[in-house]
Amino acid sequence: MAQVSFDGSAVPGGRVSRRSLLRGAAAGAGAVALPAVLAACGSGPGGDGRTIRLGSNSSDPVPKKAFAAAFAAYEKQSKEGRKVKVNTVDHNTFQENINRYLQGKPDDVFMWFAGYRMQFFAKKGLLHDISDIWGSYEGFSPALKAQSTGEDGKQYLTPYYYYPWAVFHRRSVFEERGYQAPGTLDEYIALARQMQKDKLVPIAFCDKDGWPAMGTFDYINMRTNGYEFHRRLMAGEEAWTSNEVRQVFDTWRSLLPYCQPAANGRTWQEAATSLQKKQAGMAVFGLPHPGQQFPEEEQDDIDFFPFPVINPEHGQDAVEAPIDGFLLAKKSKSLKQDKVMESAKDLLKWLSTGEAEDIYLAGDPNNIAVSDRADTSKYTALQKKAVELVSGAKQISQFLDRDTRPDFSSVVMIPAIQSFINDPKDVDGLVNGIERQKKTIFAAD
Amino acid sequence: MREREAPPVPTRTVGRRRRFTRRDAGVIGVLLGIPVLLDVFVVWGPTLASVVLSFTSWDGIGDISWVGTDNYENLFTNYPAFWPAVRHNVLWLAFLGLVSTPFGLLLAVLVDRGVRFSRFYQSALYMPVVLSLAVVGFIAQLVFSRDQGALNAVLGGGTNPTDWLGDPDLNIWMILLAAAWRHTGYVMILYLAGLKAVDPALKEAAAIDGASERQTFFRVVLPTLRPVNIIVGVITVIEALRAFDIVYAVNKGRNGLELLSVLVTDNIIGEASRIGFGSAIAVVLLLVSMGFVVTFLVQEMRGEKNR
Repeated sequence: MAQVSFDGSAVPGGRVSRRSLLRGAAAGAGAVALPAVLAACGSGPGGDGRTIRLGSNSSDPVPKKAFAAAFAAYEKQSKEGRKVKVNTVDHNTFQENINRYLQGKPDDVFMWFAGYRMQFFAKKGLLHDISDIWGSYEGFSPALKAQSTGEDGKQYLTPYYYYPWAVFHRRSVFEERGYQAPGTLDEYIALARQMQKDKLVPIAFCDKDGWPAMGTFDYINMRTNGYEFHRRLMAGEEAWTSNEVRQVFDTWRSLLPYCQPAANGRTWQEAATSLQKKQAGMAVFGLPHPGQQFPEEEQDDIDFFPFPVINPEHGQDAVEAPIDGFLLAKKSKSLKQDKVMESAKDLLKWLSTGEAEDIYLAGDPNNIAVSDRADTSKYTALQKKAVELVSGAKQISQFLDRDTRPDFSSVVMIPAIQSFINDPKDVDGLVNGIERQKKTIFAAD
Repeated sequence: MREREAPPVPTRTVGRRRRFTRRDAGVIGVLLGIPVLLDVFVVWGPTLASVVLSFTSWDGIGDISWVGTDNYENLFTNYPAFWPAVRHNVLWLAFLGLVSTPFGLLLAVLVDRGVRFSRFYQSALYMPVVLSLAVVGFIAQLVFSRDQGALNAVLGGGTNPTDWLGDPDLNIWMILLAAAWRHTGYVMILYLAGLKAVDPALKEAAAIDGASERQTFFRVVLPTLRPVNIIVGVITVIEALRAFDIVYAVNKGRNGLELLSVLVTDNIIGEASRIGFGSAIAVVLLLVSMGFVVTFLVQEMRGEKNR
């Protein structure tokens, strides 16, 4: 919001008469109203239709710079002289206001997440169908297409990059002690026991922010019950009181003795630091998390293995890999002009190319490109391994809070998982509570 | 209280009646109208809208449909965070009112009596008042964090140190301490100002009458502080009910730090807002606040009559 200064309505002359004071006050009131009037006039881009307004939630310095480089490259290659006008908003603010943003005066193109969180807004009619250009995209896997598709079977998202989740550890620690990456849950627990003997905390664990432990829940669930069950559970179609879900919590409880205690008081940064300091042996994280807590010279020491097999029927089919991408906002006024629409779609097409992803990732190596046309030769060993992990996946999940209704994940699941960590014994009370709340929330539509 | 003779009511003489010119009437109209309009649009409008919306299932997008009292039923029976939040709000009020405020008064009395280094104590105690509660929350995390906090570093704690902020039985007390750290200084400064204004002749008279220091304070000084007491009381209630920023800064007001204000935000802010449900919580908070406001106003008006 623009701050209005009242200095402009200075009182003329030395003596302040009542009338001049009033005039000043009236001018002041006018100054308050003015910005609103101006805003109502709309500050659309010039009539040439070549300027694309883009709403960005990448407010952190590293991605912000990397995106700036990508858009600059787009402008440079555009033969029509198209320009991208980026409007960056703080990441959390953007997220919290997305609802009002999309209903108000959104930019033409905006950054958002794949999966349910995209489908939710597609269903509300706030996104533009881009199926026509999606058909021409190259280098995207069927799993990516599924994550870009709304419930109506149309595509709404141009995916850009993703970051898989896995069990991270330090390569040097594993080499020194002769640890082997475990393939099954039993091996995982055996390794954890060995670490305990070696005076390490086996699994660094944190959930102060409410979301990091969701990754563990998702993996145990998908390894136990498969991706399809995960999808249905998140969509509110399965009961949380089912034996399948109970089993997930039971398995998790059997792992808790090997996890760092007091997780609800620890941020992911602190957990990653204990991994970096070699106090903890392993941690379930996303690709960017350990990277940000390890100093540069130790980056090569970060390694991971996929979350171990629990039920051989599902093996390690599913990988949790949140996808970020670009969408068109339906309520954007300027998109109603054909020329602007053409420009916006041109930008999306360009962003879907491997080349465009390369430019971004050169500035932000904590993610990996979605397109298999992207140049992986400059990738770090860790990135290459991440590509292997994702490309071998039969299904890609998007993380609990992206695969379900946002109100359900934040209002119900965050407190539920935190209370499970505090008191892992009362699974009955826990799942009953979740199920009751789920019913009221999913019934709201 | 003894009945006093009613003072003669001055009857207003309707002598010089001033006529307002049209222009003056216009000016008055505008000057009164702007605040009234602001009041209606900024205060009453949203309040009434909240009350109305609390009977709907609006999600911020699309149509508004009526659900009657479903939100309230859901809130009281099916929302695990609600009752803890109510308890925490009451605890907050009790702690600030019964611990922090008297402690601030005590400090004010000590500083006022001029103990050595009183200026230093005064500024040290007042220091946190200039900080926003959110900042106090960040400082609290530096002190109370389990793995990297200053407190555990001092205490040692061995292999399994106390989890001051993660343990839901413990963290509310730590946060109350942090909030009281600021509140005490606030209260102290208000009482100091009041104490400076107490007529020393009163204390001398009390001393001549043979009152002990205790008696002097409770029977003579404290009653003259009545206006300050009222201000402090109001501030304490307001601080307790609007508490939000510190718990939000620490862990988003979850896991043991639930407050009504946090629940309202949790439900209304976000991608898929449960505006109807959030409004129902806001109405509960409104009713609680109204309870205090009305009580206070009634007391004040009675006091006014008796004065």
